[in-house]
Amino acid sequence: MKKSLRTDLALLSEWIEEGSHVLDLGCGDGTLLAHLRKTNKATGYGLEIDDNNIARCIQAGVNVIHTDLNEGLSDFQDQSFDYVVMTQAIQTIRRPDKLLQEMLRVGREVIVTFPNFGHWKARSYLFFWGGMPISRALPNEWYNTENIHLCTLKDFERLCHKKWFEILERAVVNTDHRTTSMMRLSPNWFGEIALYRLRRRV
Amino acid sequence: MPDILSPDSVGLVTPQTHQFTTSLSLECGRSLPNYQIVYETYGKLNERCSNAVLICHALSGDHHAAGYYTMHDKKSGWWDTCIGPGKPIDTNRFFVVSLNNLGGCRGSTGPNTINLDTGQPYGPDFPIVTVRDWVRCQARLGDVLGITQWAAVIGGSLGGMQALQWAIDYPKHVRHALVIAGAPKLSAQNIAFNEVARQAIMNDPEFYAGHYYQHNAIPRQGLMLARMLGHITYLSDESMRQKFGRELREGKVKFGFDVEFQVESYLRYQGRTFVDRFDANTYLLMTKALDYFDPASEHDNNLAAALAGVQAKFLVVSFTSDWRFPPERSREIVKALLTNKKQVTYAEVKAQDGHDAFLMPIPHYTQVFQAYMQKIEIPGEK
Repeated sequence: MKKSLRTDLALLSEWIEEGSHVLDLGCGDGTLLAHLRKTNKATGYGLEIDDNNIARCIQAGVNVIHTDLNEGLSDFQDQSFDYVVMTQAIQTIRRPDKLLQEMLRVGREVIVTFPNFGHWKARSYLFFWGGMPISRALPNEWYNTENIHLCTLKDFERLCHKKWFEILERAVVNTDHRTTSMMRLSPNWFGEIALYRLRRRV
Repeated sequence: MPDILSPDSVGLVTPQTHQFTTSLSLECGRSLPNYQIVYETYGKLNERCSNAVLICHALSGDHHAAGYYTMHDKKSGWWDTCIGPGKPIDTNRFFVVSLNNLGGCRGSTGPNTINLDTGQPYGPDFPIVTVRDWVRCQARLGDVLGITQWAAVIGGSLGGMQALQWAIDYPKHVRHALVIAGAPKLSAQNIAFNEVARQAIMNDPEFYAGHYYQHNAIPRQGLMLARMLGHITYLSDESMRQKFGRELREGKVKFGFDVEFQVESYLRYQGRTFVDRFDANTYLLMTKALDYFDPASEHDNNLAAALAGVQAKFLVVSFTSDWRFPPERSREIVKALLTNKKQVTYAEVKAQDGHDAFLMPIPHYTQVFQAYMQKIEIPGEK
């Protein structure tokens, strides 16, 4: 039996309509695209930069394109995908605002997930301990982390407002695959992982 | 020289020849009434003829892609790193066909073969052949072997261009196209290098306007220079630094123009050995085929339009230090395929071996190549 899909991937899969053309930025080993191909009859490509992940995508039969996301998506035509997805990688990008704009240029809708830096554990870590938070969602030290642009739900939504991105849907989960009532009540305090579905405001 | 054959070698192989008696019309407007093609095969063709793989060679390549002719051979075929049991092109699964292209000098009809109409070697009168002509010729060989659809057409460099042309010209007859260290057309710089190579050959006093066979001559110096120049472009600055550095053959400079640096000695050796196995007129033809290759030219220079009809799935591979066909050139092909929503996978392999990297056993390259080949479905495979 295969191990179950990561929470954020399972949740966002439900947002994707059947037969969609999907671009997955930082697709890892291709799990999401392989899953979408099977369950949603989706087509598309994964973008990756890591050699091992590229080989694993090929082994999984996923179309993968070696790409440095910091260089944008210039190989892709305007509005050529139904969804452009990026799971837990936006915080590693040099200019997340520019990449989000690129994603919305290429895709009809954009789905992003990221670790919420506003989670109470991160806040109290900084407040009481006085150091950059380390947790299951953010396991590395400040000096060797790839997460160079961490943000909170509030920060992200401010960016969306400023750039005229329309938020179509939002969900928060924790790393234990659950959404609790506390998260629903106060997502920026209790959500560990945030999921957003966006489109360009018309 | 192999003392014993390794279990992942295709072993001892024998080339075969087929005589074609139906005229082949060429893109240049001329035609060849009859011609022969020499080829090798490795592995077994299955009952449904669904496991055939075509190997397309590059500028100086030939049909001997894998294995040995005798136990005394010093070298195996040119792509022995990738073809054999358990290798990326796994001969336990695939039936591999490798031929010497038309215009070649290793057994297929070319400038150094006798023109039956004149009783003399074709020489410079051999018609200019193009990538498209080769592909048509390869399709005819496929017909002879009972192969109507290739599981994959694979090539590096100029061979990759043939794989691309296959997917364009025979969309229904190729399931996978593997374009390795390729480009959708040459750049001005590429053409410039080819032109210098041609000038070197044609200005050799032993060239006799291409009729050197009748003079019992070989434009040795010219062909040697052409190869030396070519060889520099196949390596990278880094690989040359690593291989030779500024090492001197005799440990000190001698203030003269003899061979002093190791790199000089190496290039001269490469040039000399090339002259013994290659024909100058074929070299001229091959460089022209490279220069002319430009499938987008028939579509207002729109490569995406040229690839709109392809049905094959693609694997495109490039190498970071390849400055002859750098990764950006492969990306042009990838981009055109993406625009058409075709199935494509692209790997950019970190390598310091320059253009020649496609012939090297680089771990990530082998891993990607192997994984891709393993996913190719063979109808009727148990």
